[in-house]
Amino acid sequence: MQIAIKTYDYKADIRRKSLLLLVGVFICLFSLIGNILVGPAWLTPIETVSSLLKLSYVDSATNVIVWTLRLPTALMAVGVGASLGIAGAGMQTILANPLSSPYTLGVSAGAGFGAALAIVIGAPAVTFIGPYAVPFSAFIFATLSSLLIYFIGKARNLTSETMILSGIGLSFLFQALQSFVQYIASPEDLQSIVFWLFGSLTRANWFNVSIIFLIVVITLPLMLQDAWKLTALKLGNEKAEGLGIHVEGLRIKVFIMVSLITAVAVCFVGTIGFIGLVGPHVARMLVGEDQRFFIPLSAIFGASLLSIASIISKIIVPGVIFPIGIITAMIGVPFFFSLILTKKRGYFS
Amino acid sequence: MIETKNLSFGYNSQKVLKNINFIAYPGKITSIIGSNGTGKSTLLKNISGLLKSEGEIFLDGKNMHTMRRNEIAKILSYLSQSTSCSVALNVFEVVLLGRLNKLSYKVAEEEINRVMEVLKQLNIEHLASRNIGELSGGQRQLVFIAQALVKKPKILILDEPTSSLDLYYQLEILKLLKELTITNQFTTLVTLHQLELAARFADKIIVLKEGEVFKKGTPNEIITTKMLREVYRVHANVITNEENIPYVMPYSAYQYG
Repeated sequence: MQIAIKTYDYKADIRRKSLLLLVGVFICLFSLIGNILVGPAWLTPIETVSSLLKLSYVDSATNVIVWTLRLPTALMAVGVGASLGIAGAGMQTILANPLSSPYTLGVSAGAGFGAALAIVIGAPAVTFIGPYAVPFSAFIFATLSSLLIYFIGKARNLTSETMILSGIGLSFLFQALQSFVQYIASPEDLQSIVFWLFGSLTRANWFNVSIIFLIVVITLPLMLQDAWKLTALKLGNEKAEGLGIHVEGLRIKVFIMVSLITAVAVCFVGTIGFIGLVGPHVARMLVGEDQRFFIPLSAIFGASLLSIASIISKIIVPGVIFPIGIITAMIGVPFFFSLILTKKRGYFS
Repeated sequence: MIETKNLSFGYNSQKVLKNINFIAYPGKITSIIGSNGTGKSTLLKNISGLLKSEGEIFLDGKNMHTMRRNEIAKILSYLSQSTSCSVALNVFEVVLLGRLNKLSYKVAEEEINRVMEVLKQLNIEHLASRNIGELSGGQRQLVFIAQALVKKPKILILDEPTSSLDLYYQLEILKLLKELTITNQFTTLVTLHQLELAARFADKIIVLKEGEVFKKGTPNEIITTKMLREVYRVHANVITNEENIPYVMPYSAYQYG
């Protein structure tokens, strides 16, 4: 008796992945809208939508709440979530390690120390950039952390092991430095530092939202341009080189983009954990590692997860915006465990 | 065609390959044999451009040192010895990556058909939708052979392509490689541990000993009791079957002193 073997249809598989991408976009849009509608000031959905549409009868207080608070915050959640999703996907690919996230390479620890240092020396009051002194310092130290990893890694042909180990080492170093800064800080500064480290989207304004979206708009197409090469890189260095890829060059290119996108995202909102780790994992389970779908879906899930976390942070304690960094870790960890427990072979390796 | 002139290579100060000279011709299978650690895989990596050697290597008449990596990949397929691979890609997608140079963002119909053709040729089309990480070592080896064949290279370099395969597939794959080499005029360079397979399928054999070419020639010229004693350090009889193919019957390891 002959057993009929169902022929694999690649084009049907591509259609399925495209559909998942579309569903992801809708989830992201719904979470964005939900995030705009929800807030400590209980505006009705009609009032919010009317303000968004700039209808003339909406009072100015409602317009201020919607246009200067809710909309930038909601867009910030999407922008930062997408940034961390893209950065996580890129990092997991170039380091060939599913435990990697934008934070693996000590970028967040660097940013944390930079922010703490700026707060303690009173940089916002003494520098000409004023309120941007803290994010600027966070960005500088996040970038410094990446540069150090690059130069340490370069000595060993940028192998993933060297990069991961130097990242872990730098994380410890910056955490120690941050603890030292906290130790010598005044109680008021200490409170500011701790609040910064919680991570918060309430620092959003049109300026920093624009910068984050600008970076996403620049880096996403650049990474997608190398989608096939990055997919091949997942087969391992030797196989990728055999397929004609300049592995080290590709790694450096993606590393620079990932470092930039993470540093920008983290410097404005503080340490928001797990998005960069979980977003790519969800994407991988749904579409595999064809990077044409994996990178955009990681971005979409990162954005959706952070938007949903933002909604929860606003409704968990009525009238108060709970720090989102706590929420992302609290919903991220159980979710992550469920992923690990239901893993398929090949998805985590 | 592959031609090497005084090819040498070393890891740090230790020389692994010393003055290797040979020519491998299109339409022929050239097999590299030798005991463990004699530099067979290193030689293939040098010829594939994965390691930088001293001396000259000509691929289809062009000096490899003047070629960029993607230029080399356009004409040459390299199959590494390692079959370990754990990635969330299915078999079809892994084989498709063999066409990397031709892939645009939207995969052309022609590429899809080519992948299916190779999967059928290797009799693994039923594995197309399976995740590569779920497969056995032997099945993965077949997938990577498919990836090497899918771009129809001019030069095919295979490092132990049958090491994880059962007897049936060892014979089937080498028979297919022989056919493809002749019909497509591939220059096929392959390392093999099993001398019977080298004897049956290779047109020319190059024996390496301690990083140097010990001897080159046809299977009948190469597979002799003297070579087995001097290179492999074994006492063995060599008999020739009715097809005039030499067979090795090993008795014992050679004792020194």
